[in-house]
Amino acid sequence: MAVETGQSVAPAAGGDARGRGRGTGEKSKEAPGPLRRALATHWYAWAMVAPVVIVIGVIIGYPLVRGIWLSLTDADEANVARTIGVNEIEATYEFTGLENYTAILTDSVFWDRLGWTVLWTVGCVSVTFLLGLVLATMLNRKLRGRAVYRIAIILPWGIPAFVSVFAWQMLFNEKNGILNRILEGGGIDAVPWLGDPTWAKISVIAVNVWLGVPFMLVALLGALQAIPSELLEAAEVDGANAWQRFRNVTLPGIRSVSSTVVLLSTIWTFNMFPVIYLLTRGGPGDSTEILVTYAYRLSFLNSPRDFATSAAWGVLILLLLMLFAVFYRRSLRKQGEVW
Amino acid sequence: MTTMNTTETTTATTTPDPATTAPVPPAGGGRRGRVRGRGERGPLASVALHAGLLTAALAAVFPPFWLLVTSFKPKTETFTTSLVQNFTLENYTHVLGETYFLTWFWNSVVVVVMTTLLGVFISATTGYAVSRFRFPGMRPLMWTLLITQMFPMAILIVPLYNLMAQLGLLNQPVGLIITYLTIAVPFCAWMMKGFFDTIPVSIDESGRVDGLNPFGTFWRLILPLAKPGLAVTGFYSFVTAWAEVAYASAFMTGEENLTLAGGLQTFVNQYVGDWGSMTAAAVIIAVPAAIVFGIAQRHLVAGLTSGAVKS
Repeated sequence: MAVETGQSVAPAAGGDARGRGRGTGEKSKEAPGPLRRALATHWYAWAMVAPVVIVIGVIIGYPLVRGIWLSLTDADEANVARTIGVNEIEATYEFTGLENYTAILTDSVFWDRLGWTVLWTVGCVSVTFLLGLVLATMLNRKLRGRAVYRIAIILPWGIPAFVSVFAWQMLFNEKNGILNRILEGGGIDAVPWLGDPTWAKISVIAVNVWLGVPFMLVALLGALQAIPSELLEAAEVDGANAWQRFRNVTLPGIRSVSSTVVLLSTIWTFNMFPVIYLLTRGGPGDSTEILVTYAYRLSFLNSPRDFATSAAWGVLILLLLMLFAVFYRRSLRKQGEVW
Repeated sequence: MTTMNTTETTTATTTPDPATTAPVPPAGGGRRGRVRGRGERGPLASVALHAGLLTAALAAVFPPFWLLVTSFKPKTETFTTSLVQNFTLENYTHVLGETYFLTWFWNSVVVVVMTTLLGVFISATTGYAVSRFRFPGMRPLMWTLLITQMFPMAILIVPLYNLMAQLGLLNQPVGLIITYLTIAVPFCAWMMKGFFDTIPVSIDESGRVDGLNPFGTFWRLILPLAKPGLAVTGFYSFVTAWAEVAYASAFMTGEENLTLAGGLQTFVNQYVGDWGSMTAAAVIIAVPAAIVFGIAQRHLVAGLTSGAVKS
């Protein structure tokens, strides 16, 4: 694709130069300097990207800068600028340098939450990916009722996540939920799905996997179907067995899609707010609190609201994600991906 | 499609044609069935395959199914394990008639529709420019679009909250729309680029030969061709905004200002457990989304993978 678009620029440039030449003067038509010619070309592109650049600058860039600034202050509920009725109250918070960061990084809370967040992300992504791959391979075969299976398995994707989380909360209900009723029928004691730290962790991961498998399945199924069957046939003719075909033809064939969906899914899971917030509220205690839900708790659930520390958590989360993305991309490059 | 085959297709085949490869399932299956021989799956493997898929399908369908079933039970029987014994619509009449549900629904619709329209509208030109032109600033822009997609809400929520508080936009749909644009715009632009990449460049070139400038080409030729892409991008940002929880919970307070994500939390939380109303409301929220999803999912998938992979 890159090559094609690259080539298409040349005629576009010629066209632009001519188009503008008519308006501005004959000289530029005959011998446009490289600079002017470049300007003439890029003027269109720049005009077309302008709306997004402005929007990003105003509603993402400005809050981002402000967020970083807040993280360097002692802002909280009591001293930020706000409007109460007709009275406007000036902000009175002060610059405190890196105090918030040193406080966070020397406190074990952050490291505990980071440890669980990493476990949560790795657990969710790996289980989701494996399940998605297994189901995609199964669905990639000719079998009766394939369309029905497919629709049923991707159903969780079609339901807003917060609705599904409430459904799960009902199933997990410790006293009356159907899961415990079924276990009871089998003579097994009730499981405190959301009441015990370890079980709560397993439960939130299970729900997130349930939510994430459809996307994985669909993306991987698409990738599997895009592998030319000639390749598999050729491997077969060469005497490769099923495992060897899977290992040496199928897996390389889905590599680029896999790396993309794993990256996306890692970022989504790392930032997954609704599952934990709605299912356990981070509890019991703060055992299932991941970084984003904890940052949210600091500024919106705790009292007094601590905006500065929350902003500092936000900055740290962003740094972690960017580090991850850079390393991920680098490792892909080493393996020869052009991404 | 036809990389593997099961006994069904093998038995269905009578005259395999060696010249035919994959596209015709019976012939392809038969041919490979014969070649593969020892690799052929017996009935046992077929049963295992179906059992595995059936388990997955049941696990996927059960929670929403149970939500639906429970919504038709009277409140006293919410947690019975049996299917509906005393069918009732009282949960629905309660939710629709005696709560703020319809207000929440309307709030959500306003916010989400505006977000989608604005997001797609603003992003389309950028997607096109990034797809077709090489210009200084393109790579940084692409990176910005990609990185802003992975911005955790944790970093923007506090400054946005303070900003909205200063502007008096808390509890206003406008505030939430602006906030959701931070999610929708980078994503839509990135997706639209993927769609425009799939439209052959020769169409642009023919447009230019006919005397259209790049804007004209974009507006008259490419945008109409990208309608499915616009629809899918719009749908995706619709769904994302429809299901957003964090901003909605933080910015909207007071029962009449909530959106659906916040409203549903008022039925079941640490203080109350009105499961009957919750299930009915959940069904009303989920059904339209599921139907639209069912219609759009094939395109969605194609768009998502092409947008994501052809980066």
